[in-house]
Parts: sequence; structure tokens; C-alpha cells
Amino acid sequence: MDWLQSLGRTGLILFERLGRGHLFLLRVFGGMSDTVLRPSLLIAQMYSIGVLSFTIIAISGLNVGMVLGLQMYNTLVDFGAEDSLGQVVALSLVRELGPVVAALLFAGRAGSALTAEIGLMKATEQLSGMEMMAVDPIKRVVAPRFLAGMLSMPLLAAIFSAVGILGGFFVGVGLLGVDSGAFWSQMQANVDLREDIVNGVIKSFVFGFVATWIAVYEGYDTVPTTEGVSRSTTRTVVHSAFAILALDFVLTALMFGGI
Amino acid sequence: MTASDRPEPLVKIRDLHFRFGARVIFDGADIDIQRGKITTIMGPSGTGKTTLLRMIGGQLRPDSGSVLVDGLEVPKLKTDELFALRKHMGMMFQTGALFTGLTIFENVAYPLREHTKLPEAMIRDLVLIKLQAVGLRGARNLMPAELSGGMARRVALARAVALDPMMIMYDEPFTGQDPITVGVIMQLIRHLNESLGITSIIVSHDVTEVSAISDYIYMISEGKVVDHGPPAELKQSRSDWVQQFLQALPDGPVPFQYPAPDYRADLLGDGG
Ligand SMILES: Nc1ncnc2c1ncn2[C@@H]1O[C@H](COP(=O)(O)OP(=O)(O)O)[C@@H](O)[C@H]1O
Ligand SMILES: [Mg+2]
Repeated sequence: MDWLQSLGRTGLILFERLGRGHLFLLRVFGGMSDTVLRPSLLIAQMYSIGVLSFTIIAISGLNVGMVLGLQMYNTLVDFGAEDSLGQVVALSLVRELGPVVAALLFAGRAGSALTAEIGLMKATEQLSGMEMMAVDPIKRVVAPRFLAGMLSMPLLAAIFSAVGILGGFFVGVGLLGVDSGAFWSQMQANVDLREDIVNGVIKSFVFGFVATWIAVYEGYDTVPTTEGVSRSTTRTVVHSAFAILALDFVLTALMFGGI
Repeated sequence: MTASDRPEPLVKIRDLHFRFGARVIFDGADIDIQRGKITTIMGPSGTGKTTLLRMIGGQLRPDSGSVLVDGLEVPKLKTDELFALRKHMGMMFQTGALFTGLTIFENVAYPLREHTKLPEAMIRDLVLIKLQAVGLRGARNLMPAELSGGMARRVALARAVALDPMMIMYDEPFTGQDPITVGVIMQLIRHLNESLGITSIIVSHDVTEVSAISDYIYMISEGKVVDHGPPAELKQSRSDWVQQFLQALPDGPVPFQYPAPDYRADLLGDGG
């Protein structure tokens, strides 16, 4: 019966954390109005979350796009369909790889940094100090970071996809000799604004929301010790990755159907 | 002085009970902090001194009992009322708690920027005045990581008085500082108290320093006030515990040994 007990205990802890996470989210939404009134707070965070993630997103996007171009070409060429390369590369990136891979990178680069930053502020009593100065850290520290993460994610995913398409173009057209006109025209004809691009943006928006939520919550809820902060940081990356992949399946099923 | 002509204390704590989980931290403590005086709460590490300050500041709520600050029942205040009260309280955290991302100047300016709409030129003047008072006007462009522990506490002090509070709480201001810094901080605390009449609450276990500057001392242990009085009176305390603490005796009512099974049996045995 031991395993049943520990299963129950784990379940309770899980649900308690989920509950606290949701209450926390409500408080963050409550503090959002201040962020909107003081755009300087938001801009500073957009910079450190969004702009500083740019390099890793762009480099990864380029690599993924190049690999995609190479792999797809080798399959398509067997059917004499290499002219569709542009369409295949673009759809893979816009629908799936852009939102998902960019979100995973975002969780690793920006999410972990957010957790560590907020967690360290807690461990060094900076959050307490702020409260004692009659300033609400949810409003000043958490809300701007949350909003910035949520807004940055779709932009980063878009950059990832755009750079990825260029990578695919470089390999497919530049190295493997696919016709340039066919590459772009097939892409233009078969990538639908609503079906593909809007759905991709919705995905990356949802992933950004969840990844940033996990990151700021783990930071704010950290055990205020060195060890606690390092554990929270790890948890942010692991939980975000799980959440992103699980949500991706659900969203894909809802959007692109078949189930 | 008789009870009736004593002014109403600024902080009045009655029958305070508090626990972290199963661990009892306060078990019926009564504490008065007189206006304009320096009052020290003394006790060994882990007795709940920081916890007490957090309850006065409303960051923690007692399980039962009352915490009155300037006539307001702190645990019952709504968030905005509590924030209004906190603007009149300064707190110097044990670690300084400076914002690591801001310069010294911006750290001290922070409460002013948050709570006033003063023009930039006036904020600058006020910050420089506060920094001058703690002797760090020249360090205004440094980052907190570039400061020594003692300097960080002085900046924390300048920030705590930025809004001209009615009281300041000092959490272990002397712990881990070199003798010169201790002297500087003692002088600053006394100066703020005498010249501005700021009520001061010090939490500490540094007997000598505290005896020198306090008007009144509370000794707490295991959730209760063991004894209280002006430093001179406390030296005559009949409590063995107070004597052990003040004279730094290794053994006494507070045993040297952490509770353990019989020594002889332990050495001869093989388990445990
Ligand atoms: N958030 C917390 N959760 C559980 N126990 C705590 C917490 N904060 C402090 N404690 C415990 O409460 C006791 C009193 O803490 P504290 O007020 O910091 O002591 P002091 O400042 O007198 O050294 C300590 O034993 C500490 O371990
Ligand atoms: Mg303490």
C-alpha cells in the first residue's frame, strides 16, 4: 500500500502547487495595470527577455531551416517533387518547429534567467525589502516580466521561422539547385494566413504565456537559499519543456484536426 | 515614572503567539516600544527576532494576540492601509537587501521615486543628504556588489530613512562587522534617534554594543520575554538565563550539549 500512499501524497502536492500557481497568476493579472501605466518597466524587460534571446533564436532558426531543407530535399527528390521544397519548409516551420523549438529555447534562455533573477531577489531579501518600502513586488518585479515574456515569444517564434526559411532557401536553392521561383511561389500559394500563420502565432503566444508563468512562479515561490534557487531554475526548464510539448499536441489536434 | 504618565508606546504587542508549522516561535510575549527611544530585542539566534520584526511590519501575521503600531492593529489592516503604514517604517535588513541591479544612488532614491512626485533635482538633493549622513556621498555611483558589508548596511540605512519614517527596525546591525564599522553604525543609530527623534527597534545578540546604546532591552527566549528593563537594571537580573546570556557563559540554563543520549552508552553502543 506504500505506493498508493506516496501516489496520493504526490498528487496532493501537485494539486496544491497548481492551485497556488493559479492564485499567483490572478495576483499578477491584478498587478498588470501598473505595468501598462509605466511602459518604461515593460521596455526594460522586453529588452532583457526578448532582445537578449535574439541571437540564440536566430542561430538556431538558421540551423533548423538548413537541416530541414536538406532532409526534405532528399525525400522530395525521389518523387520529383523538389519544387515543393519551399512549401514544406515553410509549413513545418510556421506550424510546428517555429513555435515549439523557439519556445523550448526561450524556456532555456529567458525562462531560467527569469527564475534565477526573481529567486535570487527573494533569497537576498530584495523582495521583502520592497514590501517593507510599501512597494508590491508582484506589480514592480513580476508583472512587467510576465507581460514582456508573453509578448516576446510570438515575435521570437516569427524570427525563428523567418530565419529558418532563409536557411532552407540557402540549402535548397543555393546548394542543391531547386528553382528559386518555384521555391517562393509554391510557398506563397500553399501557406495560408489564417490556417497556418495565425495558428502558429496562437501557439507561440500560448507557449510564451505558459513558459513565462512557470518561470516567474518558480522564482517567486523559490525556497530562499542557494540550493532552492538552483532547483527552481532547473524545474523551470523541465516543466516548461513538458508543458510546451504537451500543449503542442493538444493545440495541433484542435487546430489542424484529424482527431 | 508611574504607569499613568508614561506616554502610549508606539508599538504595543500583547500575548503574541506564532508558530512555523509545528515549531512554536512565540508563546505569549508582551512587548512595548516607547516613542523616541532605542529599544533592543535580544535573544539567541533562531528565537524569532527577525520574525518579530516581520510581524511588526505586517509581513507575517501572528496566530493570535495583538500587534498595535501607532494605534493600528497591524494584522487586521487591509493591503493599502498596511502599505500606508509602512511608508512610516524603515527597516534595515540583516543583509542590507539592496537592489543589486541599481546603483547606490538609485537604491536610496527608490522609495522617493515610488512614493513621491518630487522633481528630479529635489530627489537628487535628498539622496545626497541621506548619503552624506552615512558618509557615502562619494560612493553614489557604485553598484551594491562593489561595497563591503558595512558600507552596504550604511546604504541600507540611508534608504530606510529616505522617507523620514517615524521608526526604524534594525535587524542585527552589528553582526559580522569589524569594530570600526560597528562603532560607525552605533553612532549613526544614536544620531538618528537623538537628532530626529526616530523610534528605534534593534534586534541583536551583541551584548556590549546594545548595552551601550539602548534605552530599554527585552530578552526573549523560547517564545517568551524572560526579562526586560534598562541595561543597567538588566545586569542585576535574577534570571540565570539572562546572566548566562549577558556574561556569555558556555553552560547554564542553556545547555552546552544539544540533547543527546547518555554519553557512555552512546560510545559503547553501535547504533544510532
Ligand atoms: N519561512 C519559514 N518557514 C519555517 N521556519 C522558519 C521560516 N523563517 C524562519 N523560520 C524558523 O523560525 C525560527 C526563527 O527565525 P528568525 O526569526 O529568523 O530567528 P532570529 O532572527 O532570531 O535568528 C528559526 O528557527 C527559523 O529556522
Ligand atoms: Mg534573524
